[in-house]
Amino acid sequence: MARRYSMVAAFAGLVVAIQVATYLAGAPYHLTQLTMTAYYSLLIVGLCMLIGYAGQISLGHAGFFAIGGYVSAFLTTHDLAAHKGLRLVALLQKAGMLLERSDLYGGSHLVVHPWLACAAAVLLAVVIAYVVGGPVLKLRGHYLAMATLGFGIIIYRVALGTELLGAADGISEVPGFPLPFGLIISGNASVRVSNYYLAWGLVILGMVLLLNLIQSRVGRALSAVHGAEDAAGAIGIPTARYKLNTFVLSAAFASVAGVFLTHYNGGIGPSEASVMKSVRYVAIVAIGGMANLWGALLMSLVLNYLSLRGYFGTFDDAVFGVILILIMLFAPDGLLRRHILADLKRLASGGASDEEAA
Amino acid sequence: MAGVTYGTIYAIVAIGFNIIYNATGIINFAQGEFVMLGGMTAVTLSRFVPLPVAILGAVVLTTIVGAVIEIVFIRWLHRPSVLRMVIITIGISILIREIALHVWGESVRSLPYFTGTSVTSIRLGGVYISPQVLWAVGVGAVAVALLSAFFNLTMLGRQMRACSANRDAARLCGINAGNMVTLSFMISAAIGAIGGCVVCPITYVHYDSGTPLAIKGFTVAILGGLGNSTAAVGAGMILGILESFSIWVLPAAYKEAISIAILLLILFVRPSGIFGSAEAARLKEF
Repeated sequence: MARRYSMVAAFAGLVVAIQVATYLAGAPYHLTQLTMTAYYSLLIVGLCMLIGYAGQISLGHAGFFAIGGYVSAFLTTHDLAAHKGLRLVALLQKAGMLLERSDLYGGSHLVVHPWLACAAAVLLAVVIAYVVGGPVLKLRGHYLAMATLGFGIIIYRVALGTELLGAADGISEVPGFPLPFGLIISGNASVRVSNYYLAWGLVILGMVLLLNLIQSRVGRALSAVHGAEDAAGAIGIPTARYKLNTFVLSAAFASVAGVFLTHYNGGIGPSEASVMKSVRYVAIVAIGGMANLWGALLMSLVLNYLSLRGYFGTFDDAVFGVILILIMLFAPDGLLRRHILADLKRLASGGASDEEAA
Repeated sequence: MAGVTYGTIYAIVAIGFNIIYNATGIINFAQGEFVMLGGMTAVTLSRFVPLPVAILGAVVLTTIVGAVIEIVFIRWLHRPSVLRMVIITIGISILIREIALHVWGESVRSLPYFTGTSVTSIRLGGVYISPQVLWAVGVGAVAVALLSAFFNLTMLGRQMRACSANRDAARLCGINAGNMVTLSFMISAAIGAIGGCVVCPITYVHYDSGTPLAIKGFTVAILGGLGNSTAAVGAGMILGILESFSIWVLPAAYKEAISIAILLLILFVRPSGIFGSAEAARLKEF
């Protein structure tokens, strides 16, 4: 218990230290990429829960991210003025859930309030996760990987092919996301610091939730499912339900990340749904140690930041491909796993280290 | 007729999947990349040497790539888990694609038509067909026939089948199982490259064209029952034709989404495939 929260406190300290460091170095612009990193990290810790603890791979999580981002972006930019006659629109307006918004050219738009849009986006992602997750999680191995990959590609193709969603250009001009106390999630340089803390605060909140979940009855049940699904079922753990719930939870994390990053960036494009993004998330979870939330979070912080700052240049995707191959060849249980010191000792003493579950 | 052409290439990719699956029990997600590599190499070589030589060179080079992949990444792994192999082959496919991007850039390329030009057509029983479609279908048919002869009639083919049936028993009979796996990668790289060359004049080739092919090829492999190459041909035609008809109903932009939706449906409803038996599928390790 104490250790769990001391890690959280240490991480919060790191977040503060990074902000102070950028302030002292006179380079606050780094915070922009670090904020974006935070939202990707939220997705990654959710995915880590699914891959590492429930033992189910998903190569389609960029799809859930995109569902969140696209739905929120669409609802907060699509002009409803033409549909004023519809009862639903009138009802929403009466409830104060619609906003008047002026565009670049001075025209007025009637759009959905970001809060409602966010709720709709996450709800849709959760519903889709439930519907897709049911049959998908019955599959194993190749089939599971292919099915989730296929799901991701369908979302990508739909985003790319739908005019209403901006086709290849995506949706831009997405407004900021207003919060209480005068805070707003937006990429405006004047709110850069507060946004940095908001984003990482959200990640820490997510981490606390997941850490508690892992230590609970559910977490222990999941590790039993991961270890031996049939045995877990035999001792009375409803394996299918636990797997599905974890899948839905990680999809919810991804869609929340998608919503907020879209409002932060002011737009979203189909590349957010691409296969490469999904593969990249899996690569980060793998290098973070598969069943190691903190490892995944740290790796996400480092790698996403480097990638967003453009350190990998045109080799961006290749870097993540190479990481995946190397990790899976030499450390299939992930790099930063819990027993890494013991493993090193065993390696040093010449013991066999190539044992693994088939 | 576009459906048939695409169907041929899907079938060829599916057969590539099957060969490696039969030999090793793993799905090589980089299968589509062999097709892309074959097409790309042939396009580049055709600038310097005559077309047949260029195609031959492309097939040889891709075969070598297949062998290198197996030797470097797969051979020394001791009983790898399925998940591990999936991720490694995905990593390999990303790597090949990125190398292709840096070598050939983002432009779309194509080979000249083998006989005639893009407007030549042959009248066949009342319909006009581009000779290239006949080339694609013909080469596909010859490849399937040769492969089935190879696996059933030659000593080497029988050894490969022995390895896929029971690796340990095959080893006890003195078959070098490791080499058989390398060989399976080489064969599937080779037929992928051949397929890439024949359809390249019609479908064009692009550094990124491998992944969609891999997924559709997998759809076809599942549709026909994983490991069953003859059924894969029929399934390939079905998918290719379904896909070309889907344009009538939905915008072309959704074409790929449709074929993947078909894949998901098959996986959910009947993972053993249309032609496969459900009982046999249950015995396989996914």
